Parts: sequence; structure tokens; C-alpha cells
Amino acid sequence: MAERPIRVLIAKPGLDGHDRGAKVVARALRDAGMEVIYTGIRQTPEMIAEAALQEDVDVVGLSILSGAHLDLFPRIVAQMRQKQLDDVLLVCGGIIPDEDMAMLKQMGFSGVFGPGTSTQEIAKFIRAEIGQKRGAVAA
Amino acid sequence: MNAEAINALCAGNPRAVARAISAVERGGAEARAVIAAIFRHTGRAHIIGVTGAPGTGKSTLVNEIAKYYRRRGQRVGIVAVDPTSPFSGGAILGDRLRMQDLAGDSGVFIRSMATRGSLGGLAAATADAVRVLDAAGFAVVLIETVGAGQNEVDIAKNAQTTLVVEAPGLGDDIQAIKAGILEIADVLVVNKADRDEASATVAALEMNLNLKPQTEDAWRPPVLRTVALTGQGIAEVAEEIGKHRAFLETHGLRQARERARIRAELERVVQHELLARLVRGVNGDKIETLVAQVAARELDIYAAAEQLIHVA
Ligand SMILES: Nc1nc2c(ncn2[C@@H]2O[C@H](COP(=O)(O)OP(=O)(O)OP(=O)(O)O)[C@@H](O)[C@H]2O)c(=O)[nH]1
Ligand SMILES: [Mg+2]
Repeated sequence: MAERPIRVLIAKPGLDGHDRGAKVVARALRDAGMEVIYTGIRQTPEMIAEAALQEDVDVVGLSILSGAHLDLFPRIVAQMRQKQLDDVLLVCGGIIPDEDMAMLKQMGFSGVFGPGTSTQEIAKFIRAEIGQKRGAVAA
Repeated sequence: MNAEAINALCAGNPRAVARAISAVERGGAEARAVIAAIFRHTGRAHIIGVTGAPGTGKSTLVNEIAKYYRRRGQRVGIVAVDPTSPFSGGAILGDRLRMQDLAGDSGVFIRSMATRGSLGGLAAATADAVRVLDAAGFAVVLIETVGAGQNEVDIAKNAQTTLVVEAPGLGDDIQAIKAGILEIADVLVVNKADRDEASATVAALEMNLNLKPQTEDAWRPPVLRTVALTGQGIAEVAEEIGKHRAFLETHGLRQARERARIRAELERVVQHELLARLVRGVNGDKIETLVAQVAARELDIYAAAEQLIHVA
């Protein structure tokens, strides 16, 4: 059976209103052959987890610029756990200080991408991670 | 999916519903198993199609229509289709962006779907995704098609009531009216009625309808104005949807349409299956030989096809 395209939810939690970066990533992932569900700005943790559940995504990608990640991200992870979405790959990007990276990884974010990351790099990372997961399930 | 998952699906469990839609989208044996398990629980939902040119406000309208039914306690399923890029195979599915009012309501289930190469404004698995929602007890299922031009009329075969959405100021009123898409409208919606040119669009649509011969017992599509952004006119749209539904029932058309739909789908599935079996049964070399013969003009296409069918 042909593998389905990788499905990614791109969301922007928090109250700041700029989503240019998130849109650039969404388009790049589309151009890398993925199906990107774009939900836009001001997403609450509940909205993100609910959309991830209904859309049955492989990946949730969060973009943040406001610096509220240490407050919001744990709540998103908790919401997703509650909905049993433990097998969904979590990645995030935006303005994230180096010193927070380790904590985010520990929280469950496999990929943490700083402002300098190229979109190809993000696509490549997601493809490799999902390829591995799917391989593990098939084996 | 096991029996437990099917039970969860029929009880409306969102995870089971989401997984089942993924399965029918993937196709193959698992998809068939899901459909086989749920099929007798389907046929209850009222299926409403929403189509129209890109940007006319379909998603915003779906959001408002869903809210209307929610206020009346009906559970609402939504399938929103966007096109797959023919270049990358990827897609941006952005309809959900306009349906944020529905977040946090467990009586609503929204699923975005990419066309994955299928033409006609829907995905190949859209009908099956709708069945999953139907079996899960969503009394109303709304399907938003890709932003359609004129040939994307598959929605009429899948929905019981089809809304065609127009918006003023697209600068192509005449074009839109020529297009076959108006033929499939059960309800015509002129959205963005907050704009000045809305009256001209309404008038153009009315004129177009008047050109068509009317019989006593035929449904005449009403032309309604809405401002989806504020919810204005939505109650009237829902009312007309209800009237259309009643009209289908009283004229026996609900069943007639359903039968036509089943017949078309049966033909499509048989075609697909026969072709797959044929291609599996013939060895690749034989096909290549025939292709070479046609290319060399030793055989014509029909003769080659005839040979293929006999070999299998
Ligand atoms: N002025 C005005 N704008 C509207 C109205 N309804 C929707 N819009 C705006 O029109 C734009 C497109 O709305 P959508 O609901 O995304 O349109 P759509 O038909 O779903 O678009 P596609 O799915 O891309 O084909 C958005 O910016 C909406 O806010 C309305 O009644 N009046
Ligand atoms: Mg839309």
C-alpha cells in the first residue's frame, strides 16, 4: 500500500499576531510533499490538541515569537497526552533562547528550530523522523 | 480496525472517527473493512455540499451554518477539501482557519482533506469520509469543495442539498453564470452582501434562473444574500436547506438521488477493480509490447486494448 503523505498541523499559540514565519514553513512543507493543516494565530492548547486529534496528523509544528513557550508548550503537551496523542511528532520553531532548548527536548519536542534554520532542514528532519516511526510500526 | 474501534466510532469517539477517516483515505483492504463494518449505520445524515469559486466565503459560511445547527442541538460533521499540488504532492489545507468558532465543541468534528490527484472538486475518499461521520451520528454533514470554477460538479452527486456560493465583485458574473456549476445549485448564496455590487450579482442570478423553463413540480433554487462574517442571512439559508430536504422527501427524490448515486459509485468501483485486476493479471512485458506496437503504428489503441482484455 502506498504510504500516505505526511500530515502536519502548523499552529501558532500565544497572543502575538505575526504568522509570516509559520506560513513560510507551511508552504515549504507543502513543497516537500506534505499535507499541511494551517490553523493560524492565537491557538489555545485545547484548540491545537483537538485539531491534531481530528486531523489525525503525524506531526504538530508550533511557531512562537512571544517568548511564552515555557508557559504554553507544557500545556499543549498535556492536552495532547490527555487525548492519547503520544505518538505524534512534536517540533517547534521561532524565537527560542538556546538555554531553553534542552528543556523543550525533555518536554517531548524532538525538533527545536531556531530563527536561522532553513525550511529544507525542517522538512528533512520531519521526513527522517516519520520515516523511522513508520518503519518501526511496519517492522 | 477491530470491533472495539468500530463500536467507538459509532458512539462518536473522535479518535476512532479520525482514524477511520485516515483508513478510508489510505484505501485498500482496511478501507473496505471499515466501510463494510459501518455501512448499515449510514444513510441517516443530511449531507450538504458547499461549492463556489475560490475566496467566495465557503469556509466562513460553513462555520456559520454549523453554528446554526449546533444551536438546535444537532451534531455537525465537516469535510473540507483543498487541492493537492500536482508538482509536489503536498497541500495546504486552510479551511479550518475560518472555522475557529467551532473549536472546543465536542458536537462538531472537522476534517480537512487533500484531493490527492482527484479532479472534480472532491477527494476520491470524500464520500467514504462522509459515511464515517454519518455512522458516528453526525446528523448534518457539510462538505466544502475546493474553490471550484465550473467543472468541479462532483459535489452534486455526493450531497443531498448543494449550495453554490457566489460573491460580488469577482468581476466574472457573466462567466460564472455561463458555467455549469449553477446547474447543480439547490440553493444559491450571494455572500459578502455587505458589498455594494451584491444586488447586481443577485439580479444576474435571478435573470439566469428565469431563462430556464420552470415546471410546476420542480425545485426553483432560491437566491439568498448572506454576510458570513456576521452571520447575517444564515437562518434563511438553513431554512431553505430544510425546505429543500422536505421537497426531496415529498417528491420521492431523496431515494431516487441516492439510487443514482449508488449506481454511479458502483460503476466506478467496478471499473477501478476490473482495471486493477486486469493490470495485475497481465505481465508487464505484454503491456510494453503492445505499447511499442501502438507507437510503431502496427496496432491502433482500440485493437491493443482488445488484446489486453483477452489476455487477462
Ligand atoms: N466582506 C466580507 N468578507 C467575507 C465574508 N465572508 C467571508 N469573507 C472573507 O472572505 C475571505 C475568504 O473567505 P473563506 O471563507 O476563506 O473563503 P473560501 O471560499 O472558503 O475560500 P477557499 O476555500 O480558499 O476557496 C476571508 O478573508 C473572509 O473573511 C462576507 O460576508 N463579507
Ligand atoms: Mg475555504
